[in-house]
Amino acid sequence: MTQVNQLSAEPPVSSQPVSRSRDRVPTIKFVLLSFFLVAVTLASFLLGRYHIPLDAWRKFLLDPGNGGVATLVLLRVRLPRILGGLLIGAGLSASGAAYQGLFRNPMVSPDLLGASAGAGLGASIAILLNCGASAIQGISFLGGLGAVGATCFVAGRVRRGNDPVLVMVLSGVMIASICSALVSLTKTVADPDVKLPAITFWLMGSLASINNNNIVWPLFLIPLGIFVLMLMRWKLNVLSMGEEEAASLGVDTRKARWVVVLSATVLTTAAVSLSGMIGWVGLVIPHLTRMFVGSNYKVLLPASVILGGTYMLLVDDISRSATASEIPLGILTHLIGAPFFLYLLVRTKQGWA
Amino acid sequence: MLRLDSVACSYGAREVVKGVSFTLHARDVMCLLGANGSGKTTLFRAILRFLPLTRGEVSMDGESIAHWPRRRLARMIAYVPQAHTPPFAFKVRDVVLMARTAHMNSMGVARRHDYEIVDQALDSLGIMGLAEKEYTQLSGGERQMVLVARALAQEAKLLVMDEPASSLDFGNQIRMLTEVKRLSERGVSVLITTHSPNHAFLCASQVAVMKAGRLLACGLPDSVLTSSCLEEAYGIPLEVIDIGDGNRTCVPLAGTVRPRLRRDARI
Repeated sequence: MTQVNQLSAEPPVSSQPVSRSRDRVPTIKFVLLSFFLVAVTLASFLLGRYHIPLDAWRKFLLDPGNGGVATLVLLRVRLPRILGGLLIGAGLSASGAAYQGLFRNPMVSPDLLGASAGAGLGASIAILLNCGASAIQGISFLGGLGAVGATCFVAGRVRRGNDPVLVMVLSGVMIASICSALVSLTKTVADPDVKLPAITFWLMGSLASINNNNIVWPLFLIPLGIFVLMLMRWKLNVLSMGEEEAASLGVDTRKARWVVVLSATVLTTAAVSLSGMIGWVGLVIPHLTRMFVGSNYKVLLPASVILGGTYMLLVDDISRSATASEIPLGILTHLIGAPFFLYLLVRTKQGWA
Repeated sequence: MLRLDSVACSYGAREVVKGVSFTLHARDVMCLLGANGSGKTTLFRAILRFLPLTRGEVSMDGESIAHWPRRRLARMIAYVPQAHTPPFAFKVRDVVLMARTAHMNSMGVARRHDYEIVDQALDSLGIMGLAEKEYTQLSGGERQMVLVARALAQEAKLLVMDEPASSLDFGNQIRMLTEVKRLSERGVSVLITTHSPNHAFLCASQVAVMKAGRLLACGLPDSVLTSSCLEEAYGIPLEVIDIGDGNRTCVPLAGTVRPRLRRDARI
């Protein structure tokens, strides 16, 4: 504070330049991020097994309603897959970033409260019961919601200590563990020729099965969840200072916690029920974004959404064009995410920014 | 302004605060003293409504705060916690801006006015130079000053400070307490805990001493801070000495202290 007092000896800073500095929203960074997003999206339309000649592109752009093969590939295969990738990446990153603030821990990922595990269990059971594609998606979604619901129910029953956040984390770990045990059980009883591979592939995660039917619900739910989190982004800053401090600053912490958990859960389960389990995105992207734009959620959350969508598309492009047969996306996100996270760990000297 | 009326609260079945009453007026600085486990921190948590009361009432300006929404409470009472490290590297200005949460709309959109108040708060404590630094990179003393600035920007009538001097060196402790006294001259009331009776000599206009969940004494510093009262509170032989110019200080009588820690439970 000696240093502090010396600072006060300086002539008082006029408030004009200072108050202008608040407007320094990192516009340039957002322009860069958006440019990157658009570039990757366009590239994703160009990439693919089916080569689209220039002539077909011209025909498509002049008359998108023509029934040519190129048009079908673009509208029925690539468009839903690209949309799905964007939504899933954005949704997982937004909910990961929100959870890291809420649980005050940079190591937290969106499946913390059991959302992915529950969705996986729902899907496995649905596959076991011979359900159709849309039923698998629906049951998986309900499974995710159910698992988080169970976590919150258990956490609400715990009446000790004054750290409701820690209690939620512990309950989430238990529920997720129960779910993955039950998934293993469904695998053991599944028919090894058809259903077991189906369950295994579903759990690996891939964007290959996204089509114009199963994208409908996520197309509605994921932007909704992101919208709600966006409204909460200042409160996420305050919540990350701790439960009691946030309350003393005027945040109804209980209510805020429920809103964040509910929207993050809808985001995660909507994403996972569409693509299967895709790990590491919700953990790595918020970190990467924090390094780029800082910790303030006002900026961090929208930037995570953009970067998350871009990252997912990029990884999916690798997954469908790197080798002759498609590598499941979930494997790639682990292969890329974990080493990258280690790199961050080594690079970061102090704090998490 | 702040009025406690036989406040009691407990952790589980164990009653930690057993009926505490006092009144704090505007511009008062009340120093709360007491041994470890005497219930100081618990009383603080009760005033801030982190803990439910089992009996009694806390009121501000004659109105019970028990059912106030957090927003309203935050505009009335600001809390200065002990300096800590949050998990993310926020800018100092953003940390102080958090004080304006209770004044912003529910989406947390800060207006020009909010930024001006933040700048004023930083400026008045002489830490404008820290505004663009990362909070996590500051020293303990600087962080504590930032938290005080945040409490100021909250524009509350009462500041509740939990051992604001605990992480500071000797010189900064004194500077912090002088700052606290200056704050009260601006019209806010301050409630502060400390482990050193000498801090109370420096800044307090009222002193309350707690022992085993009850008030041992409460009143003007000169009448409360006596050898007998402090000996009873801390369980060691000590002496309050007049050192001239109306200044007094409290010294332990070394050599006669029994080598045994009292129940060292921080609650």
